[in-house]
Amino acid sequence: MSTVLQDPHISEKPNYLNAEYGWKSWLFTKDHKRIAVLYIISITVMFFIGGIFAGLIRTELLTPQGDLVNSDTYNKFFTMHGIVMVFFFLIPSIPATLGNFFLPMQIGAKDLAFPRINLLSWYIYIAGAAFALAAIVMGGVDTGWTFYTPFSSTYSNTFVITAAVGVFIAGFSSILTGLNFIVTVHKMRAPGMTWGRLPLFVWANYATSLIQVLGTPVVAITLALVGLERAFHIGIFDPAIGGDPILFQHMFWFYSHPAVYIMILPGMGVISELVTCFSRKGIFGYPFIAGSSLGIAIIGFLVWGHHMFVTGMSMYASLYFSLLTMLVAVPSAIKVFNWTATMFRGSISYETPMLYAFGFIGLFTIGGLTGLFLATLGVDVHVTDTYFVVAHFHYVMVGGMVLAYMGGLHFWWPKITGRMYPEGWAKFAALLVFAGFNLTFFPQFITGYLGQPRRYHAYAPEFQVLNVMSTAGASVLGLGYVIPLIYFLWSMKYGPKAGNNPWGATGLEWQTTSPPPTFNFEETPIVTQEAYAYADQGEHVHEGSSK
Amino acid sequence: MTESHGAVAEHSEHSPHLRHHFDSMEQQFDSATLGMWVFLLTEIMFFGGMFGAYTVYRSLYPDAFASTSLHMNPAFGAANTAVLIVSSLTMALAVRSARLGSQKAIQIFLILTMIFGIAFLVIKGFEYHEHWVDNKVPLFPTQWHHWDYSNDAEHPHQAQYAKQAQILFCFYFFMTGFHALHMLVGVGIMITILMMARRGIFSHQYFTPVEISGLYWHFVDIVWIFLFPLLYLIGNARKLI
Amino acid sequence: MHEVPSVRTYVTVWATLTILTFVTYYVAQIDLGPWNIVVALIIAFFKMSLVIFFFMNLKAESALTKLFAAGGFFWMILLLGQFFVDYVSRSWMPGGKMW
Repeated sequence: MSTVLQDPHISEKPNYLNAEYGWKSWLFTKDHKRIAVLYIISITVMFFIGGIFAGLIRTELLTPQGDLVNSDTYNKFFTMHGIVMVFFFLIPSIPATLGNFFLPMQIGAKDLAFPRINLLSWYIYIAGAAFALAAIVMGGVDTGWTFYTPFSSTYSNTFVITAAVGVFIAGFSSILTGLNFIVTVHKMRAPGMTWGRLPLFVWANYATSLIQVLGTPVVAITLALVGLERAFHIGIFDPAIGGDPILFQHMFWFYSHPAVYIMILPGMGVISELVTCFSRKGIFGYPFIAGSSLGIAIIGFLVWGHHMFVTGMSMYASLYFSLLTMLVAVPSAIKVFNWTATMFRGSISYETPMLYAFGFIGLFTIGGLTGLFLATLGVDVHVTDTYFVVAHFHYVMVGGMVLAYMGGLHFWWPKITGRMYPEGWAKFAALLVFAGFNLTFFPQFITGYLGQPRRYHAYAPEFQVLNVMSTAGASVLGLGYVIPLIYFLWSMKYGPKAGNNPWGATGLEWQTTSPPPTFNFEETPIVTQEAYAYADQGEHVHEGSSK
Repeated sequence: MTESHGAVAEHSEHSPHLRHHFDSMEQQFDSATLGMWVFLLTEIMFFGGMFGAYTVYRSLYPDAFASTSLHMNPAFGAANTAVLIVSSLTMALAVRSARLGSQKAIQIFLILTMIFGIAFLVIKGFEYHEHWVDNKVPLFPTQWHHWDYSNDAEHPHQAQYAKQAQILFCFYFFMTGFHALHMLVGVGIMITILMMARRGIFSHQYFTPVEISGLYWHFVDIVWIFLFPLLYLIGNARKLI
Repeated sequence: MHEVPSVRTYVTVWATLTILTFVTYYVAQIDLGPWNIVVALIIAFFKMSLVIFFFMNLKAESALTKLFAAGGFFWMILLLGQFFVDYVSRSWMPGGKMW
């Protein structure tokens, strides 16, 4: 089904990649597509740094005793893994890369509303990353990525302020991206591109941007207060002088819970694009998927207390947050049902992006359902702070979000680079990722349920077999990530050249060349079709056979 | 990078300030103002987080906070509020002048706004100095040991009160400190706009930078409008100095 | 959007704001018990509205902009309110107290 044009004249056509050469044309660019590429490179680097820490964690956990490193060093491993992965990979990932590249194109715009702010956002990200890396290089942080007080504010002897400054700065990057997207979607849609015709990827990024804008400032002030407390030895969160450490947690999680929706919503947007394209069918229930993105964004701000059930928060507050957490599962479930209904009687094909989409739907469902276990007060008392939680969030973050990112990257790779990746290797890597992921994290549900606590460098000997399986899985998973890195790089020089629309997908980005010209469209498109008008393409949607 | 415009936009008679990715000045202006409102929304949440924490501690320690408030000088607070309100007036008049294309008036009003803004910062600096002299700056523990409660209302638990008061003073310095920082940035922005105005680039067709700077400045004023009662006027039936 | 409010409007708003500031200052001298802060905040809210609608010209802006402005304020209330879902209800439990 993939159509690859071998026209040798394509690379001679002016596009955003060959429009200008030289480092200045990249570092001072205002083109959203180049900025997206800058981000892809940066977050890939951060991803592998975070991955190294994951490897160190899993290596230590091969044996029940804490024998590789001492507990303080281990604390640094999981802290750095968390900080790098959450703030420097997951939060920016899809919006800053695929969103930056494709949101303007999908609405028929020439760029985002504020191109220079877009570039600034990348520089701010780099500055934040520099602080985080400095904290690592100078000796690390050991507070956990959650910076709980008073350990982080008073007692920790590590580079908390440096790391907090890095996260604070990265937050600005996130805010600016979100602000840019919001204004762009409101003000720069092409003629005929009504809200009801927007690709669901745009809806998803819009909802994400609302969260970024509303939530990130609160974590900024929270970390600023922690930093000030540390610097001046005062105590806002110090119980010894009447401070309330639970207040820190309220302020921290007010952002950090919606943050997980910042991470997953764009991924869900990608899945909507993949499922429609590779089922050759319009999305089932467009208004529900669009609406559920907004629903998740809003309700996501009402549930953060579920991270605090055992902290000493009031029981009535726990009831409130537990109930609302159950509620937030509903819009997510709506999406899963609608994607499934989209595939029903569709003409499904199994290219790599679709493999990642299938993986997402299954693994995100498991992750989401286990979230409901955790939302249930009685169960949470037993499994909180165990590996059950770790498995839960890795299922949604990695099994969900990272798979969506990989799927989107593969789907849009021909558009971004003008080249196709090697499909055989890609399928192989996707299967490695799926197998490796499950082998890594499913055992953690079991060990967690049986009582293995998280953030400990040692564990009871009876958990060793499952931990060894988990580490083995991590190795497979790592390989599954390295292989695409290699073939993506390879494809940029040696991959077959791609035509405008190798997948036969709908969406304005496919109406222009691969790679696109700097200003995206030769003429401003005028939109007359609804989104995902696959039926109009004349395909036989009811055959149900893969091509 | 420039030749792929193709038939996208006619460059014949549009303003030199129209950026290439926009179709019209109106779209550009609307986008800029919406963008600034969204940014102010983030500022609401930034200060809102601080207000939230402040409110929690205030409800936990009402007496300590009330007695501590006696160490603030509400006259300064009220004066600062009045100063900021005037600066908002002059800023609004600057934006109005920009819409009318009166280059001279823009500059005059911008300079006036800056003067009032700096006056605010001077008064604030004087206040901070007073607190320092009275050993009320919690950022340096050496200061704190000299806290003297003998003039306050009944306080059976001095040490406890001192600790709780310390928290209020932290919030006082952080909230007014972040606010002052925003004001400094605002003054910096106005210097930039002033320089643009001196080059005569604003007209009724293009005054966006003045407009969005005005929005920012008014927002900083609004934050202070809330800070004043919350930090200076706690406590009942106060004898105001 | 491109209409120009009159100088008179601005000066009137300024005068109102200044008067309200003095009102706030002097009402704080009167003992209203817990209502002192309520009154002060209500006046502050009214002052904020004047600044937003007139100085920031929200009155003339689109419904969308008004929605974002209101939304921001509402979101801050959401933050405060949910903090207090915890703090207020701590004392409801037997033996529980707020602190």
